[in-house]
Amino acid sequence: MSTNVMMPQMGESIAEGTIVRWIKKVGDAIDKDEPLFEISTDKVDAEIPSPGAGVLLEIKVKEGETVPVNSVVAVIGGAGEKAAASPPAAAPPPPTASSGPDGSAAPPGSDRGQTGVRPGSDQGQTRAAQGPAPVPQPEPTAPTLAEVRRQRSSPLVRRIAKEHGIDITDLNGTGISGRVTKKDILAYVESGSARAARSAHAPAARTIEAPPAFKPGEDVRIEKMSVMRKKIAEHMVMSIHTSPHVYSAYEVDFSRVEKLRLAKKAEYEAAGVKLTYTTFIAKATVDTIRQFPFSNASLDGDNVVYKRDINLGIAVALESGLIVPVIRNADERSMLGLSRAIQDLAHRARTKQLKPEEVQGGTFTITNPGIFGAVFGLPIISQPQVAILGVGSVEKRVVVVDDDMIAVRPTCYLTLGFDHRLIDGADAGRFLQALKDRLQGFDESWV
Amino acid sequence: MGVTKTSGVFSTLQKDSRGPVSIRRLGRIEYADALEMQKALVEDRRAGRIGDTLLLLEHPPVITLGVKTRGKPTNILASPDVLTAAGVRVFDTGRGGDVTYHGPGQLVGYPILDLQPDRCDVHRYVRELEEVLIQAVAAFGVAGVRVPGLTGVWVGAPGREEKLAAIGVRISRWITSHGFALNVAPDLDHFRLIVPCGIADRGTTSLERLLGHAVPMETVEDAVAKAFAEVFR
Repeated sequence: MSTNVMMPQMGESIAEGTIVRWIKKVGDAIDKDEPLFEISTDKVDAEIPSPGAGVLLEIKVKEGETVPVNSVVAVIGGAGEKAAASPPAAAPPPPTASSGPDGSAAPPGSDRGQTGVRPGSDQGQTRAAQGPAPVPQPEPTAPTLAEVRRQRSSPLVRRIAKEHGIDITDLNGTGISGRVTKKDILAYVESGSARAARSAHAPAARTIEAPPAFKPGEDVRIEKMSVMRKKIAEHMVMSIHTSPHVYSAYEVDFSRVEKLRLAKKAEYEAAGVKLTYTTFIAKATVDTIRQFPFSNASLDGDNVVYKRDINLGIAVALESGLIVPVIRNADERSMLGLSRAIQDLAHRARTKQLKPEEVQGGTFTITNPGIFGAVFGLPIISQPQVAILGVGSVEKRVVVVDDDMIAVRPTCYLTLGFDHRLIDGADAGRFLQALKDRLQGFDESWV
Repeated sequence: MGVTKTSGVFSTLQKDSRGPVSIRRLGRIEYADALEMQKALVEDRRAGRIGDTLLLLEHPPVITLGVKTRGKPTNILASPDVLTAAGVRVFDTGRGGDVTYHGPGQLVGYPILDLQPDRCDVHRYVRELEEVLIQAVAAFGVAGVRVPGLTGVWVGAPGREEKLAAIGVRISRWITSHGFALNVAPDLDHFRLIVPCGIADRGTTSLERLLGHAVPMETVEDAVAKAFAEVFR
């Protein structure tokens, strides 16, 4: 009896829509043609009417999410009975649905599947008819894996964990978003004795303590770490423990970039910006990222999350420490725009005028140890990104050119540090080769 | 200029099949008042009390936010103090898009059209609005262009285009509201208070600046009304 509400096709060339606002809440009664939600597409905001009358039973796509047209975004049921039949769905309105641990208002769908308890066959059929697996409303801000495991595992799983004194966050969940299922926890309980026996030896072997930093009586000066230093330290340790880092390096001939830079320098200076190698590298890099989505991704448990926005972080060395301001949607900017953004962010980074949001949300980072003279660098990935580009110094070097002749060319070593969990050497090679080709044959029309 | 003008139906333009489009020239009108008026007209249009209507007007200085910026006006560059000092107010609207500046010297058009039954395509509608403005400025010898991915009307060499007109539309069950803003002779300095439409590295221009001389607002209104009738016929 329920009606699926679809993402409407608002135009021939429109393949997806973003829900910007739900006008009705779960549990609200609604008439046919009454405004139900608002969607947004290129410069247009549209109010979408309800396809039928009844009660809004379930919202499947939260505000801010983009889905293809004809995806089910909500379910409307006959007045009264359905809403009463599914109190969990009717209880929390979407924006606050998951603001805290679920307690008794367990999310519909996943728990049911894991525990094997179904409130009614009718409900089950309704869900099956909707096609995609019913996933509870995602969090407004992404929760950590540990939070998901703790808060979103079913009451049954949490009860078993409590009975056996198990910390759920220790388990590798096989459920949605890494949730711990009943099967996972039972397997863990069964292997409990063996695990306990092993753990008596293993952890000791793993956690060898670092030797003391200084001996008593040693001539030292002790200084408290700055907040920034501490944050960098924590992040670097976390990153190196999270991602198995692998590096590839390519030598790139900068003759063409240098020629273009010298030719256009004055023009950019007239516009108030310096045209630097960094701009060329940034431009070529964002275009290469666009070509290889794996370079603009994150890992979430067993899922690979590909980011559509390319937010380019550029590491800036400060007097003490470093900061990575982010150029949002860097691929949408012209060379002039990129130059300006880099210059502006670097300046404000050094004068401590960056806003918090300007150092967040990066999806790929460029760092330039070359400016200090390094031939190449082996940088550590900024989490949760999966790759980082290290730029070496651009110097005149002796190279062998096409016809076995020796020539002097400005060259630069570019290193890609990548997370081997997601990116293999061949992928990194293709990325760097494409980046090298873009730089060596830099498209003049871009400058 | 607009303050002295009288409101009312200026002209009706015959369309082939869907009846006339009324053009209402409202002169200078507060943003909030125009918002209320549009709301009422959308209902009137839905109920069939009025036909397709185009409002042409100017606003006192105001910065409006689209749904993309709801609750996070990061593309306003100036502080609230600076805005107050400049006499610029800030409004949260229901339209699509990012942040926009409106002010005197800018011709604002709010079409209240029913796109049903045969024009139900939001992209087509937006492209048609661009077409209206491109035709209108062509009457002054200005070559407006589209930039793929950046809705609006632009002028200049590829890659260096400056924005001449902005578009931000709301559609409520296929009745349109909000619309376009054509820079005739606005105070371009006011645009520096914002990142227009969230696009950081492109400038803003006006008919006056492009032509090197002033153009009467009435003449531009006539050109827009004519082009509108031409495109939406």
